[in-house]
Amino acid sequence: MKLAIKLAFRNLIGAGLRTWLNVIVLSFSFVIIIWLKGVMSGWDQQAKTDMTNWEIGGGQYWHEAYDPYDPFTFSDSHSPIPGEFRSEIEKGDMEPYLISQGTIYPQGRIQSIMIKGINPKQSIFMLPAHKLDTVMTDAIPSIIGSLMARNLKAGIGDRVTIQWRDNQGTFDAAEILITEIFTVSVPAVDQGQVYIPLDRLQSMMGLEGEATILTYRNSETPVVDVPGWTHRPKEVLTAQVDEMIKMKTTGQSVLYAVLLLLAMLAIFDTQVLSIFRRQKEIGTYVALGYTRRQVVGLFTVEGAMYAVFAALLSAAYGLPFLAWQAKAGWTMPVDASDFGMAIAQTLYPVYSAGLVVSTVLLVLLVTTVVSYWPSRRIAKMNPTEALRGKIQ
Amino acid sequence: MKTILILILSTCFLITASAQDADNILNRVERNMSSDNRIFESSMIIHGNRVSRIITSRTYAVGDKQSFTEYLSPAREQGTKMLKLENQLWIYSPSTDRTIQISGHMLRQSLMGSDLSYEDMMDDRKITEIYDSKVVGTETIDGRNTWILELTAKVSDVAYHTRKMWIDTERYVPLREELFAKSGQLLKRTTLSEVNQIDGRWFPMKVVYKDVLKQGLGTEFIIISVKFNQSIPDHIFTKAALKQ
Repeated sequence: MKLAIKLAFRNLIGAGLRTWLNVIVLSFSFVIIIWLKGVMSGWDQQAKTDMTNWEIGGGQYWHEAYDPYDPFTFSDSHSPIPGEFRSEIEKGDMEPYLISQGTIYPQGRIQSIMIKGINPKQSIFMLPAHKLDTVMTDAIPSIIGSLMARNLKAGIGDRVTIQWRDNQGTFDAAEILITEIFTVSVPAVDQGQVYIPLDRLQSMMGLEGEATILTYRNSETPVVDVPGWTHRPKEVLTAQVDEMIKMKTTGQSVLYAVLLLLAMLAIFDTQVLSIFRRQKEIGTYVALGYTRRQVVGLFTVEGAMYAVFAALLSAAYGLPFLAWQAKAGWTMPVDASDFGMAIAQTLYPVYSAGLVVSTVLLVLLVTTVVSYWPSRRIAKMNPTEALRGKIQ
Repeated sequence: MKTILILILSTCFLITASAQDADNILNRVERNMSSDNRIFESSMIIHGNRVSRIITSRTYAVGDKQSFTEYLSPAREQGTKMLKLENQLWIYSPSTDRTIQISGHMLRQSLMGSDLSYEDMMDDRKITEIYDSKVVGTETIDGRNTWILELTAKVSDVAYHTRKMWIDTERYVPLREELFAKSGQLLKRTTLSEVNQIDGRWFPMKVVYKDVLKQGLGTEFIIISVKFNQSIPDHIFTKAALKQ
């Protein structure tokens, strides 16, 4: 084996440009596959971190009637905050949300919104809720996301009329004053959402002391079974991210396959050409006492060595590139806000040792198989005729 | 002291008289506007930002509790039927050949993209049962003298907490109505015009509904023809009639 590796190394170096062309093509595949997988991994991490920080905390309790995909459930999705959670709420480790459907009228246009009541002193979410902590008699202080602000064509200090119906179905309307605009990559926190102080919304709706969602800070918090409320652990709330990543990864596998196919095609061709041109050499090996299996092994090792060279070359230029990408990130050329998913405009790839090792092993394995495939012909060769260089 | 007492008594009397007057006015308006039954053809002009849509329909109604509407045009809406029985509403769509019940919060949706909601058609309680009313002034609208009535909800489950109505002092027909939020913000304005005498009653043939918070010209509702106290067969007010 040691001799085979030595011979393979010499043969590849001796082949010169032909070897390096193959190695360069294969190294591109290495770098691109690792980069794309890193982007996916980075997205997964970023989406879950942002969702935790902005939307779901360590997990939530939903009112049993609440269904985020059915706005018709919102007006019935509220009940008094259960006594079991009082101490956690007082400690600031749990925050109640009240959600109501409403309408906003920016510049005479009409747009459906979700009015969310949030505690201005909360510290679970990164929402600038402290900007709601202001006394105003002629307007309701509110914060909105940057996408929402863009849709409304509104800025900080602007006043917009909102309309809602209280728990009895009676229409009410008031002006909101936008005290802050925040930027977030979680659309569910931004698009169509208006945040106002919780006690204000409770009073507007006639639902004092009631909530729709209770979010706790620590995902390790023991689960309490409370009638009328459904526990939603973090894993369930982030399941859509997992599904999306899984779907995207499957889609990207096609790209990996195409990249590998191109590299493997080059290696396959090189192997076929080698076997064709080096028939005398093969005959000599056999004449010197090599078994056919050993000769096949030699050619297979030669082919597999492309992957080793490619891995080394990838490390030479790929490491700085991948490291720079991890720092600078990749900014998507299209507006990510329309995706409807928790996805930042700039994604920062995250590479793990497992990701790199698995990619190297995968490419090495595929290269070995592709190298072995044409080498099998050697086993069928007549050594005498091979020695004479007769085409078989 | 005597003068103050007289003043207080007079004010109390005026307030009571005003409330009674307002209720009387509303009862007379109701007698004018409602009938045992009616059949009418109407056009609803929904003004959008760019284009306006005209939807024509024929409606059979018995009191305020039962009504059946068949949409005649445009082609997209033709054949759509709507049945209201007490507090239930069904819509039949010919394109899907299905009848669906509009209930709960779906009633708050816009009626065919207009400024009206399904719910606006559903509240059939007598106005004097759900609102306290008083006459707060007079005004002239298009040369007609009107009383201004202020109505404040006396029950909690009403859509609009406060309403203002301008009632023609001679014909007992509302010429304008404004609907207010609990906060006092004006939300909708209804303008009634082209008041004609039909079968001995005064009836407005044109109503313009306008959501005042929204830009645009609102929704016009024009009665093309109306017949009161006709004989309407009972089978019209059944779900089976929707698919016929």
